[in-house]
Amino acid sequence: MPEPFVSTTSRVISIPRANIDTDQICPARFLKITDKANLADALFFDWRFTPDGTRREPPSFIDEPHNAGRQILLVGDNFGAGSSREHAPWALRAWGIRAIVSTSFADIFRGNALKNALLPIVVSTERHAALTSLLAANPDAEWTVDLDAQTVSLPGGDSFAFELDPFARTMILAGTDEIGYVLGKLGAIEAWEASHPARVETR
Amino acid sequence: MAEKPRTLFEKIWDAHIVASEPGAPAILAIDLHLVHEVTSPQAFTGLRERGLKVRKPGQTVATADHSIPTTDPSIPIADELARKQLAQIEANCREFGIPFHGKGSPTRGIVHVIGPELGLTQPGMTIVCGDSHTATHGAFGALAFGIGTSEIEMVLATQTLLQRRPKTFRVEVTGRLQPGVGAKDIILALIARIGIGGGTGHVIEYTGDAIRALSMEERMTVCNMSIEGGARAGLIAPDETTFAYLKGRKFAPHSAAWDEAVAGWRALPSDEGATYDRTIVIDGDKLEPMVTYGTNPGMGVPVTGRIPALTDVEPGARDDLERALAYMGLEAGSSIAGRKLDVVFIGSCTNGRIEDMRAAASVLRGRHVADGLRVLVVPGSQQVKRQAESEGLDEVFRAAGAEWRESGCSMCIAMNGDQLEPGEYGISTSNRNFQGRQGKGGRTFLASPLTAAASAVTGVVTDPRTMAAGSGTASQPSAVEAH
Repeated sequence: MPEPFVSTTSRVISIPRANIDTDQICPARFLKITDKANLADALFFDWRFTPDGTRREPPSFIDEPHNAGRQILLVGDNFGAGSSREHAPWALRAWGIRAIVSTSFADIFRGNALKNALLPIVVSTERHAALTSLLAANPDAEWTVDLDAQTVSLPGGDSFAFELDPFARTMILAGTDEIGYVLGKLGAIEAWEASHPARVETR
Repeated sequence: MAEKPRTLFEKIWDAHIVASEPGAPAILAIDLHLVHEVTSPQAFTGLRERGLKVRKPGQTVATADHSIPTTDPSIPIADELARKQLAQIEANCREFGIPFHGKGSPTRGIVHVIGPELGLTQPGMTIVCGDSHTATHGAFGALAFGIGTSEIEMVLATQTLLQRRPKTFRVEVTGRLQPGVGAKDIILALIARIGIGGGTGHVIEYTGDAIRALSMEERMTVCNMSIEGGARAGLIAPDETTFAYLKGRKFAPHSAAWDEAVAGWRALPSDEGATYDRTIVIDGDKLEPMVTYGTNPGMGVPVTGRIPALTDVEPGARDDLERALAYMGLEAGSSIAGRKLDVVFIGSCTNGRIEDMRAAASVLRGRHVADGLRVLVVPGSQQVKRQAESEGLDEVFRAAGAEWRESGCSMCIAMNGDQLEPGEYGISTSNRNFQGRQGKGGRTFLASPLTAAASAVTGVVTDPRTMAAGSGTASQPSAVEAH
């Protein structure tokens, strides 16, 4: 079961690229596991290592020494495109990322992220540009992402509000998951099934 | 007062709402859950930890496709992780009572190929799978979409999903496709136009004369890649083509139940006057064979076209284009045709069906692949494999110098040992050209089976319209002419 999450204060990793797909976040060859072990090492693997396994120089974003331990990503549009692999948010969480700020997220990734208490925070193009400039001017600035207040606080007292699916927000704040919620509606499911015979029998 | 006209999507959605509380997503009933070895193990572990059973094993079906080798099945699997994962799905299915079409089964295959061919996929259903290409099943007028592993666990446990209602997006493809142009070219052209995030938040419904004229397998190719345009699902209204495909298939309704089912399916198409949140029109008459040049499926051009120059794209997209072309080792503004190839891959849930095999064979018959080129032909299922062999297509491929394999996802996702080597160029009938998708450092051109097969003959990216059908086809029309 997930832990409750309310807020985090962290410096920020900027990855100024659009359309970062889940094959970049966690390459497919790391999907042969049957658990969730060692996924932190798989994160952005092919960006970090050459095909022969040498660490790239200069180091890729998350391997830059000053980015170690940072929990917030600022990324380009349409983050998480492609494959439905939940290994992508698992890998991000395992590395330590708690919130991602972008102008948009791919649908399946967004849903998977929320189920792992990884916050997909959508901002306008203008806000994104302003945040990018802010970070360029002060790469070590700390931001506070507060899910309860639905705000991101920036250095100097600035802050902005963000929207998040209210149901997912409640789940993440409480540290509960959706299966428990739906199992609580079993009566409704049974009633529906009683009046809707199965459309197919696979056995 | 007449009811408000509804779209196909709205009819399916409305018919599956179990409960809908204010502020919460709807609880959506799921008719069919498809399971494979890669995204399910952690979901079964979750069930075990909670002490839960699979609620509807008879509405669940599993296969092994992603990490399974396509080489001789009698050879033990060398990759220990893959072997363990394949053993795990088998054990999980046994423990939870789920029918499993696994290694050695005559009905094994890529999950999105076997669902339709077994008649499990039917109009009006909700279908999910832990795989983004679940959109494929929308070709039957089913609401079908990919889910993550947490959602797999949810469906296993409850046979429902919590879902927010998506918006609707109508894509009308007018006119008639020219010879040599097919379903793959429609979808690559659409994604090139709307971009890979263009359908985010939407369910696409494909309409228009060019869509109506497609076979079921071609419709599956179109719907399959809806996700590459950002749409979680893509649908096509069921019609006589749909019913003719399904009739007599193993899990489709039979006798009186068939007539009743068809009567229900006839009510599914969008009502006259139904409205969509967004609509675009594509002129099918003007489409050409498409090839991608970059590192996402939206980076595609007609095979006669040029790779964009940096000045052709929005300033904000220039970095993306430059990075993509640096990875691909291609020059902005140059022609796509004539690019040298190392590998050709024909297969996948996008283009691994019997019609795709026939199309490729129509070009390769009596010809030989170019010197030094590795050509893999991988049927989408064991059923497709047997059908192709009964038509002698395997002999056509072998005689041409191509490899004929067991079924599976193979080089589409490069999890099973079939892969591009660093720096190699491959033309592929699959769905993704992301960096490293087909092997670390591999460089992918996405295209149709006809384009891939024509390119196999020449060893460079080739317009299939420049190549007549292979020899020995005098009595039958080539796939190029038949479209």
